[in-house]
Amino acid sequence: MRPFDYARPATREQAVQLLAATPGRAAVLAGGSDLLALMKDGVVTPERLVSLQGLQGDHTLRFLRYTAAAGFRIGALTTLADLAASEVLRLEHPVVAETAGRLAGPQIRNVATVGGNLCQRPRCWYFRSGFGLLAAREGASLVVAGDNRHHAILGNDGPAYFVTPSTLAPVLIALDAEVVLLGPQGERTIPLEKLYRLPLAEGEREHDLGPGEILTELQLGPAAGRQVGTWEVRQRETLDWSLATAAVALEMEDGRVKRARVVLGQVAPLPWTSREAESFLTGKTIDEAAADEAAKLAVQGAKPLSKNRYKVQLARVAVRRALLAATGLDREL
Amino acid sequence: MVETSWPKAEARRLLGTRVSRLDGPAKVTGTAKYTYDVARPGMLHARLVHCPHAHARITKLDVSAAQASPGVKAVRVIQGVGAEIQWAHDEIVLVAAATGEEAEDAARAVVVEYEVLAHHVDDLHLDQAPETRAEEEELAGEPEKAMAEAAVRSKGTYGLPVIAHNCLEPHGQVCEWNAAKDTLTAHCSTQAVAALAPQFAERVGLPAGNVHVICQYMGGGFGSKFSADRWGIECAEISRQAGGVPVKLMLDRRAELTIAGDRPSAYAEIEVGAQADGTLTAWISKSWGSGGLGGSGRPPLPYVFQIPHRRSVHHSIPTHTASSRAWRAPNHPQGCYLSMSALDDLAARLGMDPLAFVRKNEALLGPLAKTYLEELEIADRLMGWSARWKPRGGGKGPVVRGLGLSLHMWGGSGHRSSCEVTLQPDGSVEAKIATQDIGTGTRTVLAIVIAETLGLPLEEVRVQIGDSRYPASGGSGGSTTVGGVSAAARRAAVNALRMVFDKAAPALGTTPDLLEAVDGSIRVQGEPGRALTWRQAAALFGRAPVTATGGNPAPSGSGELELTGSGAGGVQMAEVDVDRETGVVKIRKMVAVQDCGLVVDLKTAESQVYGALIMGISSALAEEKVLDPVTGTLLNADFESYKMAGIGDIGELVVHLMTGPGYDERGVIGLGEPPVISPAAAIGNAVANALGVRVPLLPFTPQRVLDALESPGRGIV
Amino acid sequence: MTSRGDDPPRGLSRRAFLRGGAAAGVLSTGLLRGVPPVEAAPAAAPKSEAGVPILGPGPVAIKLRVNGQEVALRLEPRVTLLDALRTRLELTGAKKVCDRGTCGACTVLLDGKAVYACSVLALEAQGGDVRTVESLGSVERMHPLQAAFVDHDAQQCGFCTPGFVMAAKALLDRNPSPSLAEIHHGLAGNFCRCGTYAGIRRAVLQLAEAGAANPDYAPGLPGAPEPGEIENPRPRRQKNKKRKKPRGTGDG
Repeated sequence: MRPFDYARPATREQAVQLLAATPGRAAVLAGGSDLLALMKDGVVTPERLVSLQGLQGDHTLRFLRYTAAAGFRIGALTTLADLAASEVLRLEHPVVAETAGRLAGPQIRNVATVGGNLCQRPRCWYFRSGFGLLAAREGASLVVAGDNRHHAILGNDGPAYFVTPSTLAPVLIALDAEVVLLGPQGERTIPLEKLYRLPLAEGEREHDLGPGEILTELQLGPAAGRQVGTWEVRQRETLDWSLATAAVALEMEDGRVKRARVVLGQVAPLPWTSREAESFLTGKTIDEAAADEAAKLAVQGAKPLSKNRYKVQLARVAVRRALLAATGLDREL
Repeated sequence: MVETSWPKAEARRLLGTRVSRLDGPAKVTGTAKYTYDVARPGMLHARLVHCPHAHARITKLDVSAAQASPGVKAVRVIQGVGAEIQWAHDEIVLVAAATGEEAEDAARAVVVEYEVLAHHVDDLHLDQAPETRAEEEELAGEPEKAMAEAAVRSKGTYGLPVIAHNCLEPHGQVCEWNAAKDTLTAHCSTQAVAALAPQFAERVGLPAGNVHVICQYMGGGFGSKFSADRWGIECAEISRQAGGVPVKLMLDRRAELTIAGDRPSAYAEIEVGAQADGTLTAWISKSWGSGGLGGSGRPPLPYVFQIPHRRSVHHSIPTHTASSRAWRAPNHPQGCYLSMSALDDLAARLGMDPLAFVRKNEALLGPLAKTYLEELEIADRLMGWSARWKPRGGGKGPVVRGLGLSLHMWGGSGHRSSCEVTLQPDGSVEAKIATQDIGTGTRTVLAIVIAETLGLPLEEVRVQIGDSRYPASGGSGGSTTVGGVSAAARRAAVNALRMVFDKAAPALGTTPDLLEAVDGSIRVQGEPGRALTWRQAAALFGRAPVTATGGNPAPSGSGELELTGSGAGGVQMAEVDVDRETGVVKIRKMVAVQDCGLVVDLKTAESQVYGALIMGISSALAEEKVLDPVTGTLLNADFESYKMAGIGDIGELVVHLMTGPGYDERGVIGLGEPPVISPAAAIGNAVANALGVRVPLLPFTPQRVLDALESPGRGIV
Repeated sequence: MTSRGDDPPRGLSRRAFLRGGAAAGVLSTGLLRGVPPVEAAPAAAPKSEAGVPILGPGPVAIKLRVNGQEVALRLEPRVTLLDALRTRLELTGAKKVCDRGTCGACTVLLDGKAVYACSVLALEAQGGDVRTVESLGSVERMHPLQAAFVDHDAQQCGFCTPGFVMAAKALLDRNPSPSLAEIHHGLAGNFCRCGTYAGIRRAVLQLAEAGAANPDYAPGLPGAPEPGEIENPRPRRQKNKKRKKPRGTGDG
């Protein structure tokens, strides 16, 4: 790791000030599990780390609050282990708690934070090898010419081919979660879905975070009767990244879908909402045929690269199985 | 009379029992000091500068900023301007500084410029290789004629990619040059303590006796740690350059995965033919692969089955990657996977149960045929094969189940080794031998053999290894260590006991041939009353210690029986679940039945088989070095993307060692390698059985499985 | 040195213990490798921005609580807890293998929870209770978990072993009788290359069955703020919610 200086502010405002004072050269240290690895590999080289672990009293970002009316307010520094262990979350949004509880391994879950998970950088092996987020060389993508078995099949018209890494984000987006961002200009609350963006040039970030802006809080409404299901295709039982995930949330009325959210992970540079599947499902009764059709629609626009054709199938199966899981039709699996 | 040969079954106290490894407590408490843990007073920390290109020429090199960097004590240029670099991550410059952080900063300050040259890293496409080296063709009988006459033929392509050793303790050393005495002390993570000293000596220009190599504990080698390595020599030189200060250089993970050891790839087109009853008649194969710039090893094809009419040719493709190193059972996992896949496909075409197919071809199994047949019977029972096997394919629902089997063989005879056993006047016993424990339990094996021989409790024997100044012993490769060290230790202990008997006989009023060593005493056979305690017997030598030595092999003409044997056979069966919608393969169960001659320590012997199964499972499910075609660099040079099996990925494992009459009398045979040969083949056959479709290319990732399901018969490219 | 008495903390060598002292200025012989004695350190003017002290990038004074003893060190902010333990305190039980928070060989307990020491800055471990494998048992008196590892030969080269022991300790502290699936889930953050998983799960299962996981060591759990303030801890249970665990994922 390159040398850096280190600050441990006590208030959120101090944290924002410290970050804004050195735009582009300071990084937020939360759990550190992703940031330190990136720094050791020289992929990011901040000159300053601003630790959020010293925030005091009302400024702390490690909290989980629940009200029946508004649901959850979860501080960005709440760990994945906290989420997995939260009794109230397990009752209200079991799928979220379960997703957090099977991410990575226990050592990561004990330190990795909700904010860090949502803002982690892509696992793309070109990015991690130091070829840049877009991995372009002489105007051409190394990913397209190279080994893209883990790369995007959707939203990959370029120049970004990496896949969004967070396994939590798709399920939270399906549940219409919002995030609170605090920056030098104050606080703003945006749908989590809007946190993610396609970088169009090297140096652009895949998150909508302004200079000095930090993610402080996740807001997640009550379950409100939604039927929720997820499916993760992962090769290993032990510590591994998903190859494809899908999360669905269905608002039902008289046995029919009133509103559907279908969000895929690890298949596109950002969490991928399938509007085609969502509108198809609206008004339908869910059975196997409907799940099949929705899954087909979800990958209809997929454009596999040279080595990741199989991911189209994985994404399709993930959507189908998430739908069946949400509606209790997955008994044969 | 003390017999050199191994004691008969009824006389064994410790041999073949379950003994916990003696250094287990040191390892499990974190007190065992590995090379990486060595700290010497004033020690410097070194870091390498690596080349980022797969093929390049150095056009500019400036180390002045590095030399001026804080804390830096020495900088060495390993390859200078004009040097042609042949693989990515090759070593260019070494810096040593007071702390690791300072050495890192200095390494970053080194300026190197390159002219990038064309590279070739593709080993899968034989027709696209700019250069190939064909090995001599192997031919027996008339393969083309036999193939034409075969009632049933099967043709396919199969392959295994390059995988890494990925030792948990990286390669590295702490070197300490003593300028006044002109000596070098090197703490090395090595599989060859004795052989490393002369390697260092030759390269740094010292008499071999002036180099002292120490390795008390080492964190895995698997065949990649037999060399002093260029970085090791450079570490010694930078210690000399820094004025004789100790210097530690351990590779980081990226280097460990990129340049410190590979298993060559192997791909093959194979056609195999049989009579309608399943009798194998013909084999024709063309195989290729790469082990880096140095080419590749040649997989034994066909493996195990000596098919009467056969032709095989192998091509080696040089690539711009670091040269391969011996990887646990070199060439055999490749030969096994390629052969067993092709034979399983033929059995499927014949409509035969693979177990019946193997039995049908008993005559082709060579000298180990009897062993294989006995093992198959046991494996059948442990797996429930005959009761549950069904033809390929079928099954309802997305998850389908399958069974597969494989056979393998290995040598495993003991290497050259010498051991000394010293008896002190107080009765204490110490053995010294310049061997090493690579995780197999070498200390424990030595203590068992010596304690068994001397009639002492295990804890009365102190074993010293891991030091090149002890009596020489071979490197730990080829599963040769257990045979070599146990034979040498047996002979040394027998010689020591003979000396004790010669002294004790007059004191007990008898002759040496009537004595025995039992329960810590020397006594007249059959007369427990006429005995000396071990300590009393030792005191008969006066106040000086006595040392006896023993070696392997026995001196020629000694007329001694061999204590170590060669030729071990094994059978493995796998049961898998495959999700045919996602391509995820899960191991349900594996059975390994293995022959290894006389077992010294059943507990650590079984651990070798469990470990080999797990390493084999890992290679079957997950492992593969992924090289970027454009840049020629390794894309998965970390633990996250160089995937290995974890504790939840291995299923149920059942291990059975063949022991007893027919096996024990063959002597001690090494076990580290044979059981790692078959797992991928057995798993591959189980996957084919489950799916009804061959997945030809390892590892069995969702990508490979779904690609094979989408276009069955497409082969490996 | 703020520790009580003169004995080195358990697991810390006397030399390392003294070195800790050197760094704290009790001794000034510069024994602490690579870190100048306090006297030699430049008297840098304390920087601060936004009212917050800025530490580094040069060495800064830190205090760690390791295996029950407080040690004072001077380290650059970039030094990880793992490097501090291994190269400054000679606690080499935690191994450096991947150094990227994946392999588990560096697992230690921080406030009773398993963490990767390679992925925590030493600075950030201040105020926490760090326990390394050296705190668990000695060769002469192994912790029952360590004894079970030896009994079941849950180790070969042994390089991953201390990390597995600590991960298993954390698992058993939280769940004294885990099922096999829970063991797989709880040890999913550790890798072995020799293939000792079969012995490891037998060893942990034995403790799970014996319920002897925690006879003589209870980790202190100071400091860590628990996720707080749940204003309404009894939400309605969702009727239609599927709680079935997806396939193809962790089994715990």
